[in-house]
Amino acid sequence: MQDTLLEMRSITKTFPGVKALDDVSLKVRTGEIHAICGENGAGKSTLMKVLSGVYPAGSYDGEIHYDGALAQFRDISDSEARGIIIIHQELALVPLLSIAENLFLGNENAKGGVIDWRETNQRTETLLRKVGLRDAPTTLVEKLGVGKQQLVEIAKALAKDVRLLILDEPTSALSESDSQALLDLMLELKAQGMTQIIISHKLNEVRRIADTVTVIRDGHSVSSFAASEGITEDRIVRDMVGRSMENRYPPRTPRIGERIMRVSDWSVAHPEHADRQVIRNVGFDVRAGEVVGIAGLMGAGRTELAMSIFGQSWGQNITGTVEMHGKPVDVSDVGRAIKAGLAYVTEDRKSLGLILDDTITRNITLANLPEVARASVLNDHAETEVAEKYRKDLGIRTPGVFQKVVNLSGGNQQKVVLSKWLFVGPEVLILDEPTRGIDVGAKYEIYGLINDLAAAGKGVVMISSEMPELLGMCDRVYVMNEGAFVGEMPASEASQERIMSLIVNE
Amino acid sequence: MSVAENTSQSAGATARIGSYLKAHLREYGLLFALIAIMAFFQIVTGGTLLRPINLTNLLLQNSYIVIMALGMLVVIVAGHIDLSVGSVMGFVGALAAVMIVNYEMSIIVTMLTCVVVGAIIGGAQGYWIAYWKIPSFIVTLAGMLVFRGLSLWLLEGQSVGPFPREFQVIATGFVPDILPGGEAFKGLFAVRNFNVLAFATGIVAAGWVVWSGLRQRAQNKAYGIEDEPRAFFVARIAIIALALIFILYKLATFRGLPNVLLTMGVLTIIYAFITERTVLGRRIYALGGNEKAAKLSGIKTERLTFLAFVNMGMLAAIAGLVFAARLNTATPKAGFALELDVIAAVFIGGASMSGGVGKIVGAVVGAFLMGVLNNGMSLMGIGIDYQQMIKGLVLLAAVIFDVYNKKKG
Repeated sequence: MQDTLLEMRSITKTFPGVKALDDVSLKVRTGEIHAICGENGAGKSTLMKVLSGVYPAGSYDGEIHYDGALAQFRDISDSEARGIIIIHQELALVPLLSIAENLFLGNENAKGGVIDWRETNQRTETLLRKVGLRDAPTTLVEKLGVGKQQLVEIAKALAKDVRLLILDEPTSALSESDSQALLDLMLELKAQGMTQIIISHKLNEVRRIADTVTVIRDGHSVSSFAASEGITEDRIVRDMVGRSMENRYPPRTPRIGERIMRVSDWSVAHPEHADRQVIRNVGFDVRAGEVVGIAGLMGAGRTELAMSIFGQSWGQNITGTVEMHGKPVDVSDVGRAIKAGLAYVTEDRKSLGLILDDTITRNITLANLPEVARASVLNDHAETEVAEKYRKDLGIRTPGVFQKVVNLSGGNQQKVVLSKWLFVGPEVLILDEPTRGIDVGAKYEIYGLINDLAAAGKGVVMISSEMPELLGMCDRVYVMNEGAFVGEMPASEASQERIMSLIVNE
Repeated sequence: MSVAENTSQSAGATARIGSYLKAHLREYGLLFALIAIMAFFQIVTGGTLLRPINLTNLLLQNSYIVIMALGMLVVIVAGHIDLSVGSVMGFVGALAAVMIVNYEMSIIVTMLTCVVVGAIIGGAQGYWIAYWKIPSFIVTLAGMLVFRGLSLWLLEGQSVGPFPREFQVIATGFVPDILPGGEAFKGLFAVRNFNVLAFATGIVAAGWVVWSGLRQRAQNKAYGIEDEPRAFFVARIAIIALALIFILYKLATFRGLPNVLLTMGVLTIIYAFITERTVLGRRIYALGGNEKAAKLSGIKTERLTFLAFVNMGMLAAIAGLVFAARLNTATPKAGFALELDVIAAVFIGGASMSGGVGKIVGAVVGAFLMGVLNNGMSLMGIGIDYQQMIKGLVLLAAVIFDVYNKKKG
């Protein structure tokens, strides 16, 4: 047996305009648990997609050596046939099928198209025992908790003769005890000789189970070290965030006025599971001319917080108060939230922010149509003038305001969404990942616009997964983790290490 | 040198016209399809299609389809569908018959009651669709069965009629000629009848088409967004204006303006105005275009969906009154499978199944296109079997054309 099961050499993967992976190398020894750490967007998922054949051989540069030979996977089924199986963050089980049906989905124990249920159920029981589940094979998957579903996913991988098991953030949705059970199972599988890769943000878990850690940052593999050299959370955090801070943010002299908005004791339950508290007793405030950041990892509850405040657009059983200028305001629907002086720029502009098949003009005026109408009759002329004004002010690059937004670049689409919300004349703008998916030049322009808003005396709340962006733009930063605020600091005292350690230490 | 310049210029102009045509193929296509089909039937029926009496019939026959297509367009633009309109129409006709014929209630009270009942029926269905997010296909499929059953129950399986003359006129009556000069025109055109009001209406409507077309073009030019080549503009406006004058001239030589045409025309103008020019209309398109984005923009999407169905119910009721008055009797079978004609008209008119796209004028033209097909094929003596097949294929072709166009564009 080879000592090294997998070696990825100098992998470079380029998307139009972005180098997602740049000369990344990864070496996984047979029988070890190898952890890959990195910030959101560092390139971990891309690397795993290259490995599993989602990006087929030829679409990237570099070589993959697997099991002692050069591997060129054409697609996922190709890599699965060689025993490489990925379990994604979002579980891929069919809730209304039984455990047994899920385990052998696409891989059924069948003769001539007829399923042999006895064999299926027997094999299922064996597999379930291996992962420590005692549920009947005929149990519907929807009846299981997330923790057990995760175990079913692993059993499903085992059913396919897995040799390299890759777990992408396996514990992010699990409770403490479920997480422990999962980690124990991983160690047990390792004892049986299985090679595993785990992608995780939870550094205490990494420290507990990993034999080797590879840190990826901005598409580069930064460091790789073995447990024997000592895995410390400090070292991982330093490597994860340690990029040089260039002058990527336009300068601004903050002129911070009085408090405009205050949110207190904000709690929200999941829209489908009333017993799942997603936001817990969150409180924050925003002053005039201030840019306030909310840092946190994906899934920390930041978008849910923003959308629940903006007209209760997310969640149920929402409690807490929102005050504007010291007076409580009604934000129970979007119309009222807008009237109270709020605007929310979504992180998902294509499905929540824009009507893609409509023109720039129609998108910009949508949230404030009465302003361009007299007695409910729209005035084309006024509408066009409004759109023209924002096209000039925000520098939307387009042949004309009658273009459909679907034809614009990401950066220009984002400017259209911003225009829409500026046109309602808000006092506080909540910007959710305002620079996601747009190129570097457009990012700088968006930063400039945010600075202009603050200079005009508006309050800006900025949600971002890119910590350097928050540090570069904000006056004050809140840190959010698992639905609660775990820290607050002025930007002058904030650092990526400090924010990261607040998150990972919970 | 100058020759080369000229060539490249004209090549540029040709390319521009080409790309314009490509972008607006659907709108022109619909208009030309209607003209082509009318021309075809006019020839093969030996001129029967455009005879004044047949033209009048054509309008009367399709009036209730057009009226319901207005509401259906709104429902489909909002991203839904209503399968119950045929049944609702039949039910309201039955209700009117029972009230007027069996209980001898006043016509005005009956008509008002019927419209209110239609609105309530629409609301009852819209409530589940809008606030409970139950698919409109299911809710209105249930409605289709329920109201078909209710009509049967209400009429006790019998046909009820006839209606008094005062009720019949809403479908079969004509607007009296209030303008002078009929005798002079009779001489001028050498015809036996001439209704000056109808002819004047045609002239005014044509004038309005020309005036508003020119105004729109001037406005677009001011914004620098006008891209319709002049020749296209002139041809399009001229065809529409002349067609209006021609049709109303023909009507004038028969019995004048049918009451139903007036109702239909006024409703079409009102709905075209609401959908294209008002805040309410814009919000309905936004709702259909991207419901989540619309909701996050402060639009009360549930209420809007609800109102779209209330409106549909109301129009189905009006159509039911017209239908009953035209047949002069209410039968349990009235309106059977009519919802499919209405839906087909809206899709032929260019609306999109996924919502957010479609125009009132398109739906009306779509309805008449189906109407001309029906009428023309009946005149030719083509059997109902072939008629159904041809109508089905036309619908399929129109939608395939849309999808193909969208993919290429």
